[in-house]
Amino acid sequence: MNETLVSCEASLLLTTIFLIADPVKEAPPLACRQMFVVILNHMVQYQPNRFDASFAALSDATRRGVLEQLAREDASITDLAEKFRMTLTGMKKHVGVLEQAGLVTTEKVGRVRTCKLGLSRLDAEAAWIERHRRLWAERFDELDKVVEEQKRKEKVDGRKKRE
Amino acid sequence: MDARNESERNGMSNRTTVERKSDRELVVTRTFNGPARIVFDAWTKPELFRRWWVPKSFGLSLLSCEMDVRVGGTYRLVFSHPASPEPMAFFGRYNQVMPHSRLVWTNDEGGEDGAVTTVTFEERGAETLVVIHDLYPAKEALDAAIASGSTGGFSETFEQLDELLGTLGASVGRS
Repeated sequence: MNETLVSCEASLLLTTIFLIADPVKEAPPLACRQMFVVILNHMVQYQPNRFDASFAALSDATRRGVLEQLAREDASITDLAEKFRMTLTGMKKHVGVLEQAGLVTTEKVGRVRTCKLGLSRLDAEAAWIERHRRLWAERFDELDKVVEEQKRKEKVDGRKKRE
Repeated sequence: MDARNESERNGMSNRTTVERKSDRELVVTRTFNGPARIVFDAWTKPELFRRWWVPKSFGLSLLSCEMDVRVGGTYRLVFSHPASPEPMAFFGRYNQVMPHSRLVWTNDEGGEDGAVTTVTFEERGAETLVVIHDLYPAKEALDAAIASGSTGGFSETFEQLDELLGTLGASVGRS
């Protein structure tokens, strides 16, 4: 895929999201490709209900900050609570909202819960496969028409030759 | 958004399937109601190819389509989209061309991570089974394609972007 294009889409999209979510603040410089893809995957495809959940999740400045942070690197809830100067309970709530919206996944190893951006890899792959299938299915419906037309043409040409 | 494609509403026989066959392979299959020579023509004659290759719902326009379909020949497709300031080019080379049965080409716009695409045409009675097989150079390359949301060089994120911007626009209008 064309890199320039992706970053252009990404910044446009992020600008839009952030401007709408917080019209006073300027859009952040971070136009992270991963974040863009994650947001798109979750907000748009196949999950109309998730769209609302994602949008609600993005309506809060702290949660947007958490997403930006996780776009840079995975972090534990403790790390995030410290970084955003809030209680562990408060951060747990924010992460919970992001998790609900499918924007963040968490995994507990030992006593530490690590947060990362995005769906589980398997979910993301299944969604991608379905989008890929729809792309081809749409092409092939058009190809059906071309095949039908060429078949008719052969028939007519064949008839003409015999005449 | 859940609208099924025409052929799929008419039954399962012409259903498009997509499967990740292995770490590095993606396979798409579909049956067409016509002989292999006609289906093959539609993949190799630019004037036919350009009529079906670009999915309309993505808002893409095909600016040019050059295809020199012979072993060692190259192809180059250039698209535009309202959301993109620059046109996008997709290009590569045909490695194998076996009339009515097999095509192999490279996808070079992605650099070294590009897949090699093999398309086979298998005539079954009055129908032709088409199998498109993308082989990526490494597991990481296919993983990356999936993670980036790209589909075989097409940015279908355009579709998503349009929908999203439409929705966002609507919600701004209301507030």
